[in-house]
Amino acid sequence: MTLESLAQAVYILAAVLFVLSLAGLSKQETARQGNALGMIGMGLALAATVVLAIDRSERSRIVTAVLVLAVLVVGAVVGVRRARTVEMTQMPELIAMLHSFVGGAAVLVGYNSYLTESNDAVHLIEVFLGVLIGAVTLTGSVVAYLKLSARMSSAPLALPGRNLINLGALVASALLMWWFLASASVIPLILMTIVALGLGWHLVASIGGGDMPVVVSMLNSYSGWAAAAAGFMLGNDLLVVTGALVGASGAILSYLMCRAMNRSFVSVILGGYGTAEGTVAPVVGEQGEHRELDPDDVAELLLDARSVVITPGYGMAVAKAQYPVAELVSRLRARGVQVRFGVHPVAGRLPGHMNVLLAEAKVPYDIVLEMDEINDDLPDTDVVLVIGANDTVNPAALEDPTSPIAGMPVLEVWKARQVVVFKRSMATGYAGVQNPLFLRENTAMLFGDAKEQTERIVAALLDPVGG
Amino acid sequence: MTTIGIPRETQPGERLVAGTPATVARLVKLGYDVVVEAGAGQGATYADDEYAAAGAVIVDAAAAWGADVVTAVHAPDDVSVLAEGATLVAMLAPAAHPEVVESLRERGGTAMALDAVPRISRAQSLDVLSTLSNVAGYRAVIEAAAAYGGMFGGQVTAAGKTAPATVFVIGAGVAGLAAIGAAGSLGAQVRAFDVRPEVGEQIESMGATFVQADDAQQQVSSDGYASALSEAQERASAAVYARESASADVVITTALVRGSAPTTITGEMVAAMRPGSVVVDLAASGGGNCEATVPGQTVVTDNGVTVVGWTDLPGRLPRHTSQLFGTNVVHLMQLLTPGKDGVLVLDLDDQVQRGMTVTHGRRTLWPPPPVAVSAAATSAPAGAGASSGGAVAGAASSGAPGDLADAVTEVIPAAPSPGAKAARPPKPPRPPLDPARAAQRRTMLYALGAVLVTLAIAFAPAAFLGHFTVFVLAVFVGYYVISHVTHSLHTPLMAQTNAISGIIVVGALLQIGSDDWLVTILACIAAALASINVFGGFLVANRMIRMFRKDA
Repeated sequence: MTLESLAQAVYILAAVLFVLSLAGLSKQETARQGNALGMIGMGLALAATVVLAIDRSERSRIVTAVLVLAVLVVGAVVGVRRARTVEMTQMPELIAMLHSFVGGAAVLVGYNSYLTESNDAVHLIEVFLGVLIGAVTLTGSVVAYLKLSARMSSAPLALPGRNLINLGALVASALLMWWFLASASVIPLILMTIVALGLGWHLVASIGGGDMPVVVSMLNSYSGWAAAAAGFMLGNDLLVVTGALVGASGAILSYLMCRAMNRSFVSVILGGYGTAEGTVAPVVGEQGEHRELDPDDVAELLLDARSVVITPGYGMAVAKAQYPVAELVSRLRARGVQVRFGVHPVAGRLPGHMNVLLAEAKVPYDIVLEMDEINDDLPDTDVVLVIGANDTVNPAALEDPTSPIAGMPVLEVWKARQVVVFKRSMATGYAGVQNPLFLRENTAMLFGDAKEQTERIVAALLDPVGG
Repeated sequence: MTTIGIPRETQPGERLVAGTPATVARLVKLGYDVVVEAGAGQGATYADDEYAAAGAVIVDAAAAWGADVVTAVHAPDDVSVLAEGATLVAMLAPAAHPEVVESLRERGGTAMALDAVPRISRAQSLDVLSTLSNVAGYRAVIEAAAAYGGMFGGQVTAAGKTAPATVFVIGAGVAGLAAIGAAGSLGAQVRAFDVRPEVGEQIESMGATFVQADDAQQQVSSDGYASALSEAQERASAAVYARESASADVVITTALVRGSAPTTITGEMVAAMRPGSVVVDLAASGGGNCEATVPGQTVVTDNGVTVVGWTDLPGRLPRHTSQLFGTNVVHLMQLLTPGKDGVLVLDLDDQVQRGMTVTHGRRTLWPPPPVAVSAAATSAPAGAGASSGGAVAGAASSGAPGDLADAVTEVIPAAPSPGAKAARPPKPPRPPLDPARAAQRRTMLYALGAVLVTLAIAFAPAAFLGHFTVFVLAVFVGYYVISHVTHSLHTPLMAQTNAISGIIVVGALLQIGSDDWLVTILACIAAALASINVFGGFLVANRMIRMFRKDA
């Protein structure tokens, strides 16, 4: 038994633990266990790798050991601090940033692999693809991070002929790969890296804020493929397995998001709604009157209701209204009102974003239901509160075949007896589509900041004006 | 400061009051001083003390009627009790009582009729006719239950079983729907009929059976009200009434077409009903839908059918009716007080305010210009069609009656072919490919791809093949494992996969030991980045997972 084969055995163990870890995440009950298994797997893999790295070291082992430890300490300090301090509303940014790290690491590992190992054709292809995917992930994630943290406008960047730009970048990369294979020189590799960095930047910059759930899960997928590519070039099966797991995970999430919007992956990645023609979809459909309520009225409505459904959207995250909403829910439940949440798959800026926000505010997860679970119950619901959601509750998706969001599955809130929409103004949502829900007879608007208004409702519940 | 007066009603036997302590508090919040006549709330069991506690001043009749704004259920018999230039808000029945309108005009000031609210959705919250109809519908069922010699809900007991009562409701306006709901919740089997086909869905949503007669149905109404029937329709609906009433234990009639009550249940039909059954006539105030009805009384016919003809059904639930009525008044005052500062501003350009204003500054403004009602354009019609109450004349303009039918047929092809770009307005969706051929084509493409990949792999070196096998298997394992992840855990899943993809640190760590310093430096950076992912990702996933808690 050599150290090498021992490490391989540990790697297999780690790979199994990773699979079990992801399997554990499938249910709330086993999620903690899954998280722990992943940590154990990673611990084993790291331990084996550190031993192996020191053993294989081509210079003084002490220098290598010190470097390895220093690097891990830096990573641990930064990582732990970020994980501790991040707010749940900033989770999309954090995840995007973490993707960029994997992308960056993949680029660097690819270069190192090119510099250190014998370069036969297969290895060159592996290096080239690894660096390509890594570079796209790196800049794509950075742009996603900037957009999500509002340091960059979340509106899509609409360059003329942007599909041609993307296509051109791919063609250029293909030509560079041919050159790279022929010459094994570093120049095409560097050129390709620049092209790929630009491609990643442009790709994500062209996508608007509301499509971010798809983008982030796509980048998640890419970071996995980047790790897998690194595994190929290094001949390391643990990297291959892990990368494939992560890649598949991100791909499935992207698929789910796209299905929830009834759009193909390609149409999401190549640009936002109605932007293919270079114009925002015209606002058509019925114009009419809306009815306005004040928080006291809403409190009265809620006191008289037997069942209430809350459908949150990104607006709730922006206003950080999840705490007063949770307070509202617990007060209503204390009075015997049945309260549940209906979450649309693309609500928020990250798959499952709303669930995390509500969990943070201590809303029990078993009253937070998915769209398919809640839709059938909506006709029997007394009051629906729409907090910061718009397109995901738009009846035009089902009723107006000419709408840009036609065919998108939505929460059918209008079937409830009364709908209250919390909104800043009558402006349209991400898709730029007028929402006929607001003009329905059983809909009332509550304008203003969702957090303040919810707090007022909670106050009014404590001190009801009506009898 | 503007004062609002809530007087004691002058009509004998009226138990309602235009304001309750709860609504007074809301008027005070709008910036008004509120004066309440002593004993105003007595009939509705609201004590003077409660009004005082809500912020009102208790005054005598002259002061209450003499306020700047007087809100009452009915107009006073003698309008001279009103102050000069005062505003009167009450049910004025301007169409039925032009003499009241005339005396108010001579008096000056402003008179607003609570029973002339335009039927548009924005005005629904101040429509007292809906309020009164709703209560009347509920009370009608209670009256019927009291007069009926049995239980509404069927029972199965050790002593045998009883069948549930059959309740037949004619007219599914606000009152009819309220009656359907109340009868249903007492356990009765409810059948309902309405000449407007569009209310069928509402009837069924209340758990009742919609009785249909093909020839009796009218066109979809454009103004939310039922109109008078043609002769053929009348014959067909009469047949339905006869059939249904003969088999019903309780019949509740609510048909009131623009203030007058058409006969729906003839004397013959009553004679054909079972002894002990009950007819409640909600249209008694307009003469009654049933020929046996005596307005204001309950009579028993020769064959033992009880016919309830009370005209004061809302007043028989004075507490809640007053509360709802008062809230309608509050909503009106909110509309009239845009600044919430106790200053009344009448905006005659506003459809709702214009429609309700009967007289203003010695001018008669009744009837108002016609208002197009949105009932036909939206899928949920206002539906207060055949409702009780005073004369309602919401004249309909040209809203096309066929709109609803068109809208419905357009809804059906809503889902475009999956995969195709979502339909955009300027561009009709591509004609969908024949699905069988599309599937065939896709299978061909997949097969071609598989052949190419297999060929490419066949030329690859053995070492690559091993890794590739592992890779392909891992992708499929990942697919099946991730497919089962619950939606609510997707964010922790992403954090976790982020951490796991930090496994690339393994590659970077192994490169640190290289004898080339460039490689070492690059590897150090890569390893540092990836290890941030490892630590950060796992911890943040852990933090999130710990937040999820089950309902205790």
